[in-house]
Order: sequence, then structure tokens, then C-alpha cells
Amino acid sequence: MMEGLLLLGLIVIKIVAIILVLLLTVAYLTFFERKVLGYIQVRIGPNRVGPRGLFQPFADIIKLLCKEIIIPNASNRYLFIFAPIISLGTSIAAWSVIPFQKSIVLADINAGVLFILALSSLGVYGILIAGWASNSKYAMFGALRAAAQSISYEICMGFALVGVMMAAGSLNFQTIVMAQEGGVWHWYWLPLLPLFLVYWISGVAETNRLPFDVAEGESEIVAGFHVEYSGTAFALFFLAEYANMVLISALISLLFLGGWLSPFQGIPYLETWFSFVPGIVWFLLKLSFFLLVYLWIRGTFPRYRYDQIMRLGWKILLPVTIVWIVVVAMAVQFNVAPWFAS
Amino acid sequence: MLKQLRQYIKSFSLWDLLIGMKLTGRYFFKGKITIQYPEEKTPASPRFRGIHALRRYPNGEERCIACKLCEAVCPALAITIEAAPRADGSRRTTLYEIDLFKCVYCGFCEESCPVDSIVLTRNHDYHFENRGENILTKNKLLAIGDKYEAQIAADRAEDERYR
Repeated sequence: MMEGLLLLGLIVIKIVAIILVLLLTVAYLTFFERKVLGYIQVRIGPNRVGPRGLFQPFADIIKLLCKEIIIPNASNRYLFIFAPIISLGTSIAAWSVIPFQKSIVLADINAGVLFILALSSLGVYGILIAGWASNSKYAMFGALRAAAQSISYEICMGFALVGVMMAAGSLNFQTIVMAQEGGVWHWYWLPLLPLFLVYWISGVAETNRLPFDVAEGESEIVAGFHVEYSGTAFALFFLAEYANMVLISALISLLFLGGWLSPFQGIPYLETWFSFVPGIVWFLLKLSFFLLVYLWIRGTFPRYRYDQIMRLGWKILLPVTIVWIVVVAMAVQFNVAPWFAS
Repeated sequence: MLKQLRQYIKSFSLWDLLIGMKLTGRYFFKGKITIQYPEEKTPASPRFRGIHALRRYPNGEERCIACKLCEAVCPALAITIEAAPRADGSRRTTLYEIDLFKCVYCGFCEESCPVDSIVLTRNHDYHFENRGENILTKNKLLAIGDKYEAQIAADRAEDERYR
């Protein structure tokens, strides 16, 4: 009895730690985003609140929390309130299976990849319900676009993951990472290069970020699915979007860039010099790199037209993934060296 | 055929996207051109037409002689003047008001003024907090003139040779 409670307490502490760090990351990701976009546009970005603008995210959060949540009269108020909760809930819950280092993970389950796929598809419901419950045409359009887009890109994403699963022979994240052991050239980004790119592109599309942000499309449909939201409810959507960005970055660094593995593995001297660095640092470095690429992409490319998004998803990414899955299957079956020699 | 192949390789290697990202990446490290506004300001021309002011002579006498030329020339009818003889017999304004909501900052009043009394200063960052403060009364205009006289005189002197 006592031991059970202790275990429960420990799990709760772990959950709180993960969520706190995640929310802080998200807060600073918004700050970082504004800074990076500013720098790309030869501006400075926010620098007024606190030293070098470092307290800007807290100012934003406090502002949003103090604002009134306006519930439109014509809306379905229960679903209207429930939708942002679904969005944030699913994007945070997915973090439970992400290993930060060897055996530092909340839930080390054998179907981790499947769990992530399930939760990221569930996240679409938050957007869909938000758009429907708002009872506003712009929100409805945004939600429909988001749903169609997420569904088509989820397929490419799933297939890209199938390649990783075949290569690693497992659905468990720790096993997948350990299967990539042996230096930069053994990480899956190289043997699965097309899948790596497809996964990244569909990850960007999955989180509705530029250049795939037709679901929000400020210039076309105001703000898409969250036009009617304000205050805390809006903040939850915002948090969910950024938490999803962090999640996709974490996933791609786990699946294709060897997670917590040191990039100097197998290189003489460098390996020993850097052996004191804990794996979580490498993991966070890789994760931050992908977050930077997210923002960089946002600062570079214009939004895709809707039909172009569909064309890219169905006619280009999907065939590429399927072809490469076949290639990977062959490679695994015939133990092609150096990656799949068992 | 070869051209088509090259096109395929180009688009599948995301070549154009990488070029775009190289460009933005270069801008990321460029010097930033932001001006930290309240602390730093961009240089303004001496001819800049900002908020109005009424000037005085060095002996403290107000310049305005109530000729009403500015009132007549004002295209937006923003200036209202009433005049009466002062105790010493000189003609002066009893009321000189400029409605900042009507004013289009064309500078015709300054051009028309025979005694260089009404001028537009180079101050563009002013505000009001209450209703009715958009009307600049004579006292306010004179106060602005007193406050920025050095700047106003310097600007007029600099522009003198082009007039």
C-alpha cells in the first residue's frame, strides 16, 4: 500500500517536472521565434521587458491569462471550452513516451511510436471541434482545412515511421535509438534520407506551421479555427501548437538523429573528449536545432496554396515514402552493410 | 530528357528551398537596422512640419499681430483668431486656437506669416490624454514656442538661404 503510494507520488513528480520544463520551453520558444524572425528580417525583436527582453513570454502569458474568454452566443459552449483542452492535453500526453536519455522516460512502453501516432491524430479533434463549436464560417473553414491537411500528412508521416520501425525492428523508442548506435553515419537520417525529409516536411505540416499554415492563414481566413477564442482558451491553443512543435523536433531527433547518442561516437579522440557530456545534452541540442529550423523555415517560405499542399502530400511525399519503404525492406531482408548488417 | 532529369534531381533535393534558406540565413547575421526609438531617433529635416508653436521676440513680446493671414490661408480651417487692441494700443489676438484634428500640417500658416510668428516645429511625438486637448490655445502655443525657441531659431537659420 505504502509502496504503491510512493510509486504514484514519484510518477506525479516526474509528470510535473516534464510538464513544467515543457511549458517553460514553449514560453521561451515563442520568445525565440520572435527573435529569430526579427533577426531574419534585419530587426532586433522584443527587447523591452526585462534584460534583453527575456521576460517577454511572461508578459504575454500574464496578458492572456488576464483577458476575458468571450464565448460566442451561437457557439456550443461546452465543446467550445473543451476543444483547447483536448489540443493541449494530447500534445502534452505524447511526452510520456519520449526518452530523454537511456532509461530516463516516464512510460517505457513497447508501442511508443504507435502511441505517438494515435495522440497526434487525436490532436486534430481539438482543432476540428474548436472550428465546429465556434459556429463561425472562418473557424469552420480553418478546421476543415486543418483536418484534411492533417489526415493527408499523417499518412506520409505514418509511412515514414514504418521505415524506421522496419530498420530498428521495434516500436519502442529506446530500442530504436539504441539501434542507431555507432556514430553519425549509423543514425537513420542517412540510410532513410528520403523518409527523414518526408517526416520533417509532414511534421511541419502536421503542426500547421508555415509554409503549411492554411488552417490559420491570417491573410485568408483571419485566424482559422481559433478566431473566436480569446484569453486563456487562446493561450491553450497557442501552447498546444508550440508543444507540438517541440514534440515533432524531439521525435525526429529520436528517430533519425540518434536521440541522446553522441555525434562523436566512433571517432578517435573526439569520442573520449566528449564522453563526459550526458546524453540528454545531445538530445536537447538536436531538438533545439530542429526548433531553429522550424523558425528558419517560417522566416523563409511563403504559404502554400491549398491545392499545392494536397498535391505535395498525396502525389509526391506518399509515393516517395512507399518506394523507400520497399527499398528499406529489401535492405533489411538482405542485411545490406553497413547499416542493416545484423 | 536530360533537362527533365536535372529538374527532377533539383526539386527532390530541395535545392531551391536550400537557396532560400541560405538567403535568410545570411540576413540573420547581418547588422540590424532597428532604431531604439525613444532613446535613438532618426535625423529629421529642419523643414519637418510637426506640432505648431507661436514665437516671441527676444525681448519677450509676442510676434503675432493678428493679421489673420494664417486663418485665411489655412486649407482645413483649423485656425480660429479673434483680435482686439491691447491696453497699450497695439493690435493683438485675444484668441488664437488651432484644432489639431483639423490641421493637415501643410505649413501654409508658417509661409503666410509676415512676422514669423506661427511656426511648425520638428516635434512629431506628442499626444493628448483628454477630450478637448486637441485644441491648442494661444497660451499652449506660446508655451511650446518658449520651450523649443532655440531649436526653432536654429532650424529657421539653417533653412534661411533657400527661402
